[in-house]
Amino acid sequence: MTVISEGATAAPQAAQTAPLLEVRDLHVEFHTRDGVAKAVNGVNYSVQAGETLAVLGESGSGKSVTAQAIMGILDMPPGRIPQGQILFQGQDMLAMSGEQRRKIRGRKIAMIFQDALSSLNPVLSVGYQLGEMFRVHQGLSRKAAKAKAIELMDRVRIPAAAERVNDYPHQFSGGMRQRIMIAMALALEPDLIIADEPTTALDVTVQAQVMDLLAELQREYNMGLILITHDLGVVADVADKIAVMYAGRIVETAPVHQIYAAPAHPYTKGLLQSIPRLDRKGQELYAIKGLPPNLLHIPSGCAFNPRCPMAQDICRTEVPVLHTAGPGRGSACHFWKETLGE
Amino acid sequence: MGRYVIRRLLQMVPVFIGTTFLIFVMVYALGDPVAAMFGDRAPDPATAAQIRHDLYLDHPLPLQYVHYMGQIFTGHFGKSATGQPVTELMGTAFPVTLRLTLVAFAIEAVVGIGLGLLAGLRRGRFADSSVLAFTLLVVAIPTFVTGYLLQYFVGLKWGLANPAVAEGAPIGDLILPGIVLAGVSLAYVARLTRTSVAENSRADYLRTAVAKGLPRRRVVTVHLLRNSLIPVVTFLGTDIGGLMAGAVVTERIFNIHGVGYQLYQGILRQNPPTVVGFVTILVLIFLAANLLVDLLYAVLDPRIRYA
Repeated sequence: MTVISEGATAAPQAAQTAPLLEVRDLHVEFHTRDGVAKAVNGVNYSVQAGETLAVLGESGSGKSVTAQAIMGILDMPPGRIPQGQILFQGQDMLAMSGEQRRKIRGRKIAMIFQDALSSLNPVLSVGYQLGEMFRVHQGLSRKAAKAKAIELMDRVRIPAAAERVNDYPHQFSGGMRQRIMIAMALALEPDLIIADEPTTALDVTVQAQVMDLLAELQREYNMGLILITHDLGVVADVADKIAVMYAGRIVETAPVHQIYAAPAHPYTKGLLQSIPRLDRKGQELYAIKGLPPNLLHIPSGCAFNPRCPMAQDICRTEVPVLHTAGPGRGSACHFWKETLGE
Repeated sequence: MGRYVIRRLLQMVPVFIGTTFLIFVMVYALGDPVAAMFGDRAPDPATAAQIRHDLYLDHPLPLQYVHYMGQIFTGHFGKSATGQPVTELMGTAFPVTLRLTLVAFAIEAVVGIGLGLLAGLRRGRFADSSVLAFTLLVVAIPTFVTGYLLQYFVGLKWGLANPAVAEGAPIGDLILPGIVLAGVSLAYVARLTRTSVAENSRADYLRTAVAKGLPRRRVVTVHLLRNSLIPVVTFLGTDIGGLMAGAVVTERIFNIHGVGYQLYQGILRQNPPTVVGFVTILVLIFLAANLLVDLLYAVLDPRIRYA
């Protein structure tokens, strides 16, 4: 059912070094009143230092839940991790104590959330919230922490940082708030940053600025970056490789440019076709038919089969493994060759 | 901030006039203070008229009110039924009630917030259900029942505390009445805290605090409790006034000679200066407490400060 394919996880440029983070056969389920919702069903992916992995999928595909499991901020209960490993710098984080994991959070792995307004504490100044990282993890004094906070705000190019350090989140614009979130994640120069839809809540022009800043800082600090998004446009410029998720599984992984040129999974293909394009102006926009699956009742066989234009009998009975579909590429489709070859 | 305070102070003026006028009308217009002085005997009409004149009672009601307020602001609160100046009664009563209120307030804040936090952090579990059941019970039983029961069992039967408060109202004696007085408010504080904590513990910024790798203790105290206490502080502040005025029943049960006791005596003996005087001071305390809450609210929530 869950086959770890070599080609699926390793990026071509860093194939021989040990990955910074490796998720192996991760399962996450939520126990609800109506039954067990299987949010993540055997996810494998890895990130190298300095590499950007984009995790793509609709809401409910399990991309954020996977990230929360890596971060160790899943609500458990109702969440549960019945199976899998999350190796960070070679150590399985799922086997660690709560205190060990806490020390990794923020210091070695940091997270940027989607909605900066609700993700920042409304009653504490941004300087306090940034400085808190240094006070808690490095034992700095209030004053030294504030100086560090101003430095960080400068780093993410917030104008007049020294004057604004005592301001509260609601006094900043959306783009500036997201910069503060980024600054907070960068504070202790972590090895890995997980950005969960970092630009979704922003205006398009601001989106590009924030994304560029994030990419630039990542290069500078040589951090690994997991970029969770449902926006294919954001991905193209910054990601090295892409993992497409559907119903808690990875359905396709590939180096970023190959996936745009020739998708190897009908779902990825559908996603690409549903991007509005200028040269198709006036024509009806393509949409993948049907709805994302109910996680309480995931369809048997390939979870995508009810919505797939290529579905055959085998798709309704057999779960496809992640087939190697070229160097660094994988596709969990019985008909990946046909999809690729079309 | 300064303008905010001034605006709030100005808003208090009509509230003060409205409430004091109401209580004045009720006491002076609906009862006959002169008749009350003579008890069962019918007063001699000439004497009665003289007293009415002396007490400014032969003027129209609004004039009487203005005259009375003028007297109050120059410190003349009149005489009580026993002939003592009302200000003298206040001098002995308010310190006692204030002490009782502080004891009750401390119990209410510490125990109420503690229970609420416990329940809010363990939603749906045993601790939560127990706190909810306990608070429901406390709210449902009237103060005079809990008061007499505690007085009987703790004070008389088990002898753990003095059943009545001694002269001078020492703090030790005030703990039992403090618990009784705090009871209902304590239940409200616990429930309010619980709801607020439960709501805020699902907030995005709390997830951020965890993701930052902060120790749980810090997540709860700095990030969760700070935000959750905003509505609780509002309730606590307004409740100070309520506690001072609401001590009538508790003070009677435990024989405490505070504000409640004097008010009760004033009403019983139909002595207007005592009743109106004490109520006027209580209104002022209530207004001051409310102002304090509004200011505290702005300190706790920057979104209000800059609005």
